[in-house]
Amino acid sequence: MASLLLSPLRFRHFLYKRPKLKPPSPLSFTSLKLRPRFPPYLHSCHRSSAASSSPLADSDHKTHALLTFNDERAALLNGSHPQPENATTIAAIVTSLGGPPGAVGIVRLSGPSAVAVVGHVFRPSRRKSKSKRPWRPTSHVVEYGVVLDPNGNVVDEVLAVPMLAPRSYTREDVVELQCHGTQVCLNRVLRACLEAGARLAEPGEFTLRAFLNGRLDLTQAENVDRLISAKSVAAADAALAAIQGGFSSMVKSVRFQCIELLTEIEARLDFDDEMPPLDINQVVNKIHSMSQDVESALETANYDQLLQSGLQIAILGRPNVGKSSLLNAWSKTERAIVTEIAGTTRDVVEASITVGGIPITLLDTAGIRETNDVVEKIGVERSEAVAMGADVIIMTISALDGWSPEDSELLDRIQSNKKSTGSSTPIILVINKMDCVASDCLERVQQNVGSFNKHVLTSAITGQGIQDLEKAILDIVGLNKFPAGSRRWTVNQRQCEQLVRTKEALARLKSSIEEEIPFDFWTIDLREAAMALGHISGEDISEEVLTNIFGKFCIGKELTKEELKEKEKTRKAKEKEKRKKLEQEKEFEKKRLEQEMKKRQEKEKKKREEMKRKEKEKAKMKMKHKMKK
Amino acid sequence: MATPAVTLHLSRLARHLPFSCPFFKPVLYPCARILPKLPFRRRAGFSSSRFTVSASVSPASSNPGNRGLDDERYDVIVVGGGHAGCEAALASARLGARTLLLTLNIDRIAWQPCNPAVGGPAKSQLVHEVDALGGEIGKIADRCYLQKRILNTSRGPAVRALRAQTDKREYATQMKEIVESTPNLSIREAMVTDILLGKNDDIEGVRTFFGMNFYAPSVILTTGTFMSGKIWVGRTSMPAGRAGESASLGLTENLQRLGFETDRLKTGTPARVDRRTVDYSGLEPQHGDEEVGWFSFDLDFHVEREQMCCYLTRTTKSTHQLIRENLHETPTYGGWVEAKGPRYCPSIEDKIVRFMDKESHQIFLEPEGRNVPELYVQGFSTGLPERLQLPLLRTLPGLENCSMLRPAYAVEYDYLPAHQCSRSLMTKKIGGLFFSGQINGTTGYEEAAAQGIVSGINAARHADGKPLIVLERESSYIGTLIDDLVTKDLREPYRMLTSRSEHRLLLRSDNADSRLTPLGREIGLIDDRRWKLYQDKQARILEEKKRLKSVRISGGDLSANVTSLSCQPVKDFSTLESLLKKPHVEYKVLDKHGYGNEMLSRVEKQCVEIDIKYEGFIVRQQNQLQQMAHQQHKRLPEDLDYNAIATLSLEAREKLSKVRPQTIGQASRVGGVNPADITALLIILEANRKMAYQEKRLQLLNSVKTDTDGHISAASLKETN
Repeated sequence: MASLLLSPLRFRHFLYKRPKLKPPSPLSFTSLKLRPRFPPYLHSCHRSSAASSSPLADSDHKTHALLTFNDERAALLNGSHPQPENATTIAAIVTSLGGPPGAVGIVRLSGPSAVAVVGHVFRPSRRKSKSKRPWRPTSHVVEYGVVLDPNGNVVDEVLAVPMLAPRSYTREDVVELQCHGTQVCLNRVLRACLEAGARLAEPGEFTLRAFLNGRLDLTQAENVDRLISAKSVAAADAALAAIQGGFSSMVKSVRFQCIELLTEIEARLDFDDEMPPLDINQVVNKIHSMSQDVESALETANYDQLLQSGLQIAILGRPNVGKSSLLNAWSKTERAIVTEIAGTTRDVVEASITVGGIPITLLDTAGIRETNDVVEKIGVERSEAVAMGADVIIMTISALDGWSPEDSELLDRIQSNKKSTGSSTPIILVINKMDCVASDCLERVQQNVGSFNKHVLTSAITGQGIQDLEKAILDIVGLNKFPAGSRRWTVNQRQCEQLVRTKEALARLKSSIEEEIPFDFWTIDLREAAMALGHISGEDISEEVLTNIFGKFCIGKELTKEELKEKEKTRKAKEKEKRKKLEQEKEFEKKRLEQEMKKRQEKEKKKREEMKRKEKEKAKMKMKHKMKK
Repeated sequence: MATPAVTLHLSRLARHLPFSCPFFKPVLYPCARILPKLPFRRRAGFSSSRFTVSASVSPASSNPGNRGLDDERYDVIVVGGGHAGCEAALASARLGARTLLLTLNIDRIAWQPCNPAVGGPAKSQLVHEVDALGGEIGKIADRCYLQKRILNTSRGPAVRALRAQTDKREYATQMKEIVESTPNLSIREAMVTDILLGKNDDIEGVRTFFGMNFYAPSVILTTGTFMSGKIWVGRTSMPAGRAGESASLGLTENLQRLGFETDRLKTGTPARVDRRTVDYSGLEPQHGDEEVGWFSFDLDFHVEREQMCCYLTRTTKSTHQLIRENLHETPTYGGWVEAKGPRYCPSIEDKIVRFMDKESHQIFLEPEGRNVPELYVQGFSTGLPERLQLPLLRTLPGLENCSMLRPAYAVEYDYLPAHQCSRSLMTKKIGGLFFSGQINGTTGYEEAAAQGIVSGINAARHADGKPLIVLERESSYIGTLIDDLVTKDLREPYRMLTSRSEHRLLLRSDNADSRLTPLGREIGLIDDRRWKLYQDKQARILEEKKRLKSVRISGGDLSANVTSLSCQPVKDFSTLESLLKKPHVEYKVLDKHGYGNEMLSRVEKQCVEIDIKYEGFIVRQQNQLQQMAHQQHKRLPEDLDYNAIATLSLEAREKLSKVRPQTIGQASRVGGVNPADITALLIILEANRKMAYQEKRLQLLNSVKTDTDGHISAASLKETN
């Protein structure tokens, strides 16, 4: 229901009823070619907030309401496309929907007539509702009032936060209506705004406007998306640092240096007599420092990928070496069931943790052994599959047993699997149950340490060694350079490609200088570097930047009914699948649990019966004592 | 030659041919067919064109009225006989258009009023390119040189530049002879004061001071420094285009009346001294190159001559002191001339003010001709009054006792900021009106000639109803020059510089012919002989590159020599190509050891060497170019309303509305337009494209719907059509 209500289609009819300054004539069709229909705001003049909230604009709305309604019919009769919208104000619910309702939700409007639209639906409480004066808010001053629907019924109590251009997120007039957080309230308020002349915003359109209006550059705009979807503190920090311009300013400064150097060299091509000779050493130093900057930025690319996608770590080992206890201890949960019985874990159990800001999914697996139990057999197979897909494998052994032949067998199996797929997944050896033995009785284990990337001694019971394990993982994925909690921007894939291009250009430049190639040639690689850097910040426009913009912000793309239906279908299908999967897993788990519960219940029953019996006996004995007395 | 006589005779004849029938107006060129098929026109490009209207038509429409006596009809009228005018008139006439060259003084055709030199950094590329297209400037310079030098030899092949000192009088005479002897080309002395417009704001012709009307569908204005020209020596001024020549008055006002924006520029020329009064003993001689380079790709013009020597002297402390003391006497610093002078060719007082800490500036003494005693004092132009000029000259070593033959002077003139032209050099306002040379705000003969040939070609094509030709910025220095002129709102004289071209490694002088000669051939300016010359050369170069790829050597003198030169080891069975790629190894080394190809000329060897040696760089730059070109050549709709695009900055809206760039690349080069504006433009283009697509689809759908409904209204029918 919610998705239907929110789909642009749902409100399409409002678009055609939008107030227009000029009633469109049938002859205006030729002029349409010059004006894109969508996104309409691109072509409209930016009117100041004062103008848009003027009484004229307000009254226009009323006088033309009927006319425009006629237009719709006329348009239908003519069989032509509906008239292009000149409205430039967009609105959307900007707080998250789905999940439990929050106390407050926000509807945001942006565009030259944002104030007018809100003025139409919003009645400040300090003024009488009958007042005909248009709403003239003071920027950045909160007002309390109610939102009315077109019939004048109160829809919600809200706080209106006007942020007038240019002091707003989009550099346009922005008004945010803080409503009650339920979907019903939010949708009713949004609907009122749309009926008053706003257009439903496309996904990312507010950010797009911020970008188009020069409030954000491309990297900053990209990072807004990353910040919103950040899953860990470090990822959020990185995105935030980039929004604040850390990365942009670095790129800009290197690009500026390139251009400066380019100018220096080119000036000498034409006016050699009038300029001091080029200081080669200085040039080389400059290039060196630039390439260092670029390289350090590139290092963050890896980190960024980890921040975005996280790591999958599989815990493998023989049965009953404490894999599940390790998972529980590490994730500080009771996610996995732990018993003394070997083979308790039958399926893969997941737990999420964060290490050094990186989201990590721990995968606890069934202990690998030859077994006749059907369920356990499937579990073992799954364990091996999971191990192959993981980014890091933790092979666990028990300090009590030391290095056993089965461990060797298991290691061989993992390594041969690795070889056959050609993967180089690092393996960490974890020697668990260190609380049970003295650390010096591990000589046999030491011999086998060589086949692992690292080894760590842990105790799942006391929590000993977990920190060492985390450190080992960070070392292996190369993140030890980034201290946790430091605010540092990162680069994404697109930026990474251009940085690599820059790096290569600078490297070629260095070799050109070494080979004493005439300095006119240096300019080629310098230009290349400057171009690549320009692509990052969006200062040089490339096809890729454009596709990015169009891909991200859905410009100029109006979904047709069919497309919408299609989208909805695929979404639903996906959800169904997900649900099915979840249910299956649940059932599987349920059955297992039920079995276990039964076992436990039986045990407890026995215990209880025994207890009862004992108590009875005790009671009998007491009775006997009493009787004797 | 008999041809000029014929031309002149015919043009006289044409005057008697009456003209009255308005219906035939654009196609009626009496006598066009009477002209014999001339040897110059090898290509039959115009045989089916509108130029050739049978002469039999004109007698039929003859109406011997009195108007016909005054009127003359041509295909192209070129106003001005300088370097732009000559090149334009020659190109147009050679393309078969009946061309009239109107000049103030026939004796001053192709005059070099300032430095008698052709070429130099970036300018030499222009000359090579004009020659590759079939222009004249390179040939004349090759014929009249006094001295030739190749500059910047150590800085890479792209900035290498040929510069020729020319004999000023010989140059003018030679060019005049060519112009006079070219078929289809008439010359007339006249001062053009107005242009005549047709009904659709198209050009119809020009009116001269003495009341003559000349008619043509294409008119090229190359007014140089003459339009409202005013020369200054110190505080004294007189209206003149050059010393001793009257200015052209009245045209500016008439152009302004038509809505053109005009502005004023300034340039200057140094004093000339008598070379017999100069003491050369203490001066550094500057000899010409022993191996002479050539501007023209036409081997027929490679005739070596005896070279003359130039001399180098320097400004002294007393020079600087004298200037500083008298700064208030110069037009710029005294403040009575506001027009801007060329920043890249500054007067001596500008140099001294701008480079305060420089103790001395180089001054070259260059001969103006073989038979005249005049010496050009290069780098010493000044606006100081005449009484101070001789003392100033005498502060230079070697010139202590010199006598001055002509004083230095500055000239101020009207120009039309070239954003009013499109890249074909046709004005945006008036169809058929072209501007070339200093009228567009450039300085230099080479820049003028480059524009001249383009406007000449386009004027002829316009008259012939063919599409105009645009040289893209990335194709040539000519393209770069014109692109800069029409996009950047220039307010100072524009001089070509190597750094103005972003992809100059691809725009070298050695490959100017392979870049542009095919185009020249297509246009019709390259005759069969020249075309064969070109093709043979390319074939030889290709052959040689193949040979170098296939011949392998092991050890021997050559590899030892290469090792010692490049400090890199030579592997066994290395190809000659790989040897040539090593640093400091030139083709000469191959020649020395007998691995060169005797069949190739020096220039061809150089081409081979550059192609091989810098292959990596060239490929890289080509990739860069392609990347950019793809984006930059995206066309902007001509009727785009920039003022309505809210996402553009205010300045960008204003500038773009004024310049009206044709492509995204041009838009990005317009001053005041920043990258964010370009992004916004691109987004709009893309959005427009998508919208247009959707609209089309919808229309199609609707038309189908209405068809099936059997209910076709007239309106929808119109739209679907």
